[in-house]
Amino acid sequence: MENVLTVTSVNKYIKRIMAEDLILSDLLVKGEISNYKYHYSGHMYFTLKDENSTIKCVMFKSQCSLLKFAPENGMKVIIRGYVSVFERDGQYQLYAQEMQPDGLGSLYTAFEQLKERLRQEGLFDSKYKKPIPFLPRAIGVVTSSTGAVIRDIINITGRRFNNVHIKIFPVAVQGEGAAKQIADAIRKLNSLACVDVIIVARGGGSLEELWAFNEEIVARSIFESKIPVISAVGHETDFTIADFTADLRAPTPSAAAEIVVPEKAVLKSTIEVMRKRLKTALVKCLDQKKAEYEKLSKSSVFRQPYNKVYQERMKLDILNKYMQKAVNSNISKMRSEFSQLTGKLDALSPLAVLSRGYGVVRVKETGKIIRTVSGVKAGDLVEMQISDGSFECNVLNVKKG
Amino acid sequence: MEEKLEGKMSFEEALKELEAIVENLEKGDLTLDESINAFQRGIEISRYCSKKLDEVERKISILIENENGEIQEKEFTDADGL
Repeated sequence: MENVLTVTSVNKYIKRIMAEDLILSDLLVKGEISNYKYHYSGHMYFTLKDENSTIKCVMFKSQCSLLKFAPENGMKVIIRGYVSVFERDGQYQLYAQEMQPDGLGSLYTAFEQLKERLRQEGLFDSKYKKPIPFLPRAIGVVTSSTGAVIRDIINITGRRFNNVHIKIFPVAVQGEGAAKQIADAIRKLNSLACVDVIIVARGGGSLEELWAFNEEIVARSIFESKIPVISAVGHETDFTIADFTADLRAPTPSAAAEIVVPEKAVLKSTIEVMRKRLKTALVKCLDQKKAEYEKLSKSSVFRQPYNKVYQERMKLDILNKYMQKAVNSNISKMRSEFSQLTGKLDALSPLAVLSRGYGVVRVKETGKIIRTVSGVKAGDLVEMQISDGSFECNVLNVKKG
Repeated sequence: MEEKLEGKMSFEEALKELEAIVENLEKGDLTLDESINAFQRGIEISRYCSKKLDEVERKISILIENENGEIQEKEFTDADGL
């Protein structure tokens, strides 16, 4: 009888064969993730595929937790691991130990993923950015207590503004636990409320060395900080998640020190200039008012207050004179007219005619002057008036012509 | 009056007000009383600003957490890192 094996022992045998294979026990495989499942147990299950083929993959919780980035369907990755058999199903699969994005580094991918997620959540929104105080009394610096960064910050702030209070909160700025230390420091400074502004700083370094500043807990502690935070990580070209979340990004730690305090000498001279301008402006203002006053007091109204009265009086006098002259000339004109008229009157006076020997004849009865013979008839009694008296006559007859 | 400024106005606000007062006074269209009042206020604020600049003492300290999680502040010396 031939040797009969159980299913279990076959699978066990295959597994052993595979485990002995040097290639299968440690290999690098590249492919695209599909059917990705992040199980609640903390393990990841997915299929890795290329154009022609697929292989089942599993990554256990302990390795998953070391991943900086989040795998997703369609992502091209390189996996280091081993191939073995899952005895129950008789299926071989790739047990992933390490995984990194193909092409871009895993840190870079993680950076982009976190940046996108926090951006969507609004952590970078400018509406949340707090203004940096112009003249902080106390400055909290979260950084390593050794090295050039803290020295630069102390020197530069001291040079610009000699009497400022700097409180250093020492933290590890790289390596295991650095992110948590940084986040805790920011939270503690907030609960102590003993500074007006916080600088989170680190000198230049590789992406790995700056990594703590790309961690979510640091971003969250910065975002939650009630005290304005200035990030100053690495060189001018290094951008970290902390930079995006901070209220202000300084390109370098030295730049942060320049930003955080104004130059005292400049402020002093500004105040001095203001004071001088105040004085000049007041003096000018007073001079101007004085000049206005003098101009007014010199005006003719004040100098010769009766001038106007005199002028008016003079006018009045002249008018008076004119009036008198006019009246006088009227009188003499009337007088001469009068004498002319009396002369005329004299010439016309009947008395003058009578004195020359003429008489006026009237009908005695009616008193009517007789101018023609028709006005009288024989027998009428008429009265004859001559220059010095009158006498009565009887008309004897009347002759015409 | 100077006491009233204390704490109510930041240095920056005070400086801004001082600038506004100076500009207003320089325009020269204030009455005599207004000019003198503006001048007095300006001098007062400039004194306040100067005072603010010298208010804080230069101090470098380090915050250290003890075993109980309490944070203590002590002077930062070369031994601490410099």
